[in-house]
Amino acid sequence: MSENQEVDIIDEVISQDYKYGFSTDIEMETAPMGLSEEIVRYISAKKNEPEWLLEWRLKAYRYWLTLKEPTWQNFSYPKVNYQDIIFYAAPKQKITLDSLDQVDPELLKTFEKLGISLTEQKRLTGVAVDAVFDSVSIATTFKDQLKEKGVIFCAISEAVHEHPELVKKYLGSVVPTTDNYYAALNSAVFSDGSFVYIPKGVRCPMELSTYFRINAENTGQFERTLIIADDNSYVSYLEGCTAPMRDENQLHAAVVELITHDHAEIKYSTVQNWYPGDKEGKGGIYNFVTKRGICEGVHSKISWTQVETGSAITWKYPSCILKGDHSTGEFFSVAVTNNHQLADTGTKMVHIGKHTKSRIVSKGISAGKSHNSYRGLVKVNKKAEKSRNHTQCDSMLIGDRSGAHTFPYIEVNNNTSQVEHEASTSKIGEDQLFYCNQRGIGTEEAIGLIVNGFCKEVLNQLPMEFAVEAQKLLAVSLEGSVG
Amino acid sequence: MIATNKMLSIKNLKAEIEGKKILNGINLEVKAGEVHAIMGPNGAGKSTLSAVLAGRADYDVTEGSVTLDGKDLLDMSAEDRAREGVFLAFQYPIEIPGVSTTNFLKTAVNEKRKYQGLEPMEATDFLKLMRQKMEFVEMDKSLTSRSLNEGFSGGEKKRNEIFQMAMLEPKLSILDETDSGLDIDALRLVSEGVNKLRSKDNAYIVITHYQRLLDYIVPDFVHVLYKGRIVKSGDASLAKELELKGYDWIKAEVEASM
Ligand SMILES: Nc1ncnc2c1ncn2[C@@H]1O[C@H](COP(=O)(O)OP(=O)(O)OP(=O)(O)O)[C@@H](O)[C@H]1O
Ligand SMILES: [Mg+2]
Repeated sequence: MSENQEVDIIDEVISQDYKYGFSTDIEMETAPMGLSEEIVRYISAKKNEPEWLLEWRLKAYRYWLTLKEPTWQNFSYPKVNYQDIIFYAAPKQKITLDSLDQVDPELLKTFEKLGISLTEQKRLTGVAVDAVFDSVSIATTFKDQLKEKGVIFCAISEAVHEHPELVKKYLGSVVPTTDNYYAALNSAVFSDGSFVYIPKGVRCPMELSTYFRINAENTGQFERTLIIADDNSYVSYLEGCTAPMRDENQLHAAVVELITHDHAEIKYSTVQNWYPGDKEGKGGIYNFVTKRGICEGVHSKISWTQVETGSAITWKYPSCILKGDHSTGEFFSVAVTNNHQLADTGTKMVHIGKHTKSRIVSKGISAGKSHNSYRGLVKVNKKAEKSRNHTQCDSMLIGDRSGAHTFPYIEVNNNTSQVEHEASTSKIGEDQLFYCNQRGIGTEEAIGLIVNGFCKEVLNQLPMEFAVEAQKLLAVSLEGSVG
Repeated sequence: MIATNKMLSIKNLKAEIEGKKILNGINLEVKAGEVHAIMGPNGAGKSTLSAVLAGRADYDVTEGSVTLDGKDLLDMSAEDRAREGVFLAFQYPIEIPGVSTTNFLKTAVNEKRKYQGLEPMEATDFLKLMRQKMEFVEMDKSLTSRSLNEGFSGGEKKRNEIFQMAMLEPKLSILDETDSGLDIDALRLVSEGVNKLRSKDNAYIVITHYQRLLDYIVPDFVHVLYKGRIVKSGDASLAKELELKGYDWIKAEVEASM
């Protein structure tokens, strides 16, 4: 990205609040409040699902009932009451959508307002978009062009019907229903999400992107994403998300599973901007997601890039299981917290195959009274000979009421592998701000400049268009952090 | 305003930090085209004066006024003072990791232009300007792509300050001990750079401990700051006198008059 752009963006965003806080007034069909076996059946029936999937959900639900909500983290927060949540909410509309003409214009407008055009504009930029509104996928663009190459990109609810063999084979293969509390919950009630399959030898001709929007009140969002890259294929996928400003907390518990076969690569990028709550810490999204990829094949690669600026609480550890020999896992993360936000994020790199490599670059920025933790596991199995990891973990503090914490866990079970960990903590000081001020750069711009500089390594990993978006977000989310 | 071409006017300026009085009534007038040198023993308040002029918020101004071309400077934020044309070359330049000098300066230049109601500078014009100004101080090109001041040697940092000054074309430049840390050749280069930038429209306040700098940048006036006051003013020869005799005689004069 050019420096010109960097600066322009920061200008543009000065004095903006959370600008995605509006809500859309639209007729909705919702499940009764609360969670029970009935609700699980209701969701499955709504989606007209085959018997095996209903059974799969019910098994997950029954298992979930035996679990206790995790409390291992350091922070206290208002607990989620699962009987006060609506687990399924969908705009009332025709069941099948063959073209965008059939989509409720109110919905198209909503996405337009979010800067996600499902119609003309986006076509120019060459990004295929799947838009998920509350519990359902609204539209997927560019389907036909992708189909020519054999690429499948559709709502997961659609894939269940159109490509049952693929869904059945891979769903839950990376994140089992029994994996953890939120994964079990998601498996029981997931409503929609994206499905991607890239056939052998195909380089996906465009960026694929899913945009999640929580709109309805008292709902949770439980999407499920499944991406499979077959031998020698490549895909770059991006998800973005926003929610209206509401006083009560809303739960988002997604599951993402990635699978790469021999010599395949998936690049998965997230720009997470759920509503973070207000300045006093009221409201905001609980972002409890499970993201994991498996490098099944030799020489395959999975790369996670995330820019996390939103949510009241984030717990998220996108992970890589490096099973194929010579496979590579990467994790590039920027997590920004301001006001009362809490973020506990990091990754797990599990080295199983020989000569596997992983790289972790984490940049945490805390302002206000927020807390930002990096938590990461690097595990090298006995047979994972000659494997390597490099971890770099940098924290930046703005003001003196915020906290940054680092929890690296390292476990190496052979003596031919090499694991390196570097960490640093820095602070945006008064001296730096005054120096910028003295050159005519205002304090907010100065913070934007310094923070973007701090995160450059990670932002550079994002596709161009999203890097611009991400830079804006960083600046916006740190507004009012000093002074 | 043809009658007076006074650019900076400081009247009875008093400032303190954390209750400690540091500036105790400074009076100083600087006209466009002039160079004023400020000398004085360590701890006299020279850097404090420059910080107060530049708008550092830590200091409380308790009395007095400062105007720049008739505008009340004390009423402006630090960034607005800079945009109005006040430049401070820091005694201890600050490091900003991750931000290149180029990017930093591009932001600074365009912020100033925005303030003046101008469009941001075209990238190619900006780079041309950079190249041109870099020659002034023979700044190494590789420095501008590195993080601002990070890992720069003492001399490189000082040179970078003057380079930034050249880029921003300020009305009033305050150089706080820019000569300290420069080797002999760099001192000459930086001074020549300043001399080339001197014009009838801008002015300089040069803070230094050493006569040597003033051999190159010949001042119109020399002031001695002591205990937060300007206790003696003269022409360039005063600096030579101080070099020979030190400050004791001035201190004695001040004590005697109190
Ligand atoms: N933040 C501060 N807190 C307390 N005292 C301060 C602070 N800043 C400056 N001072 C004091 O104010 C006095 C003047 O300091 P200043 O840096 O202006 O001196 P100076 O004339 O620039 O000295 P030097 O020639 O050593 O650079 C000193 O006694 C210094 O200790
Ligand atoms: Mg000083």
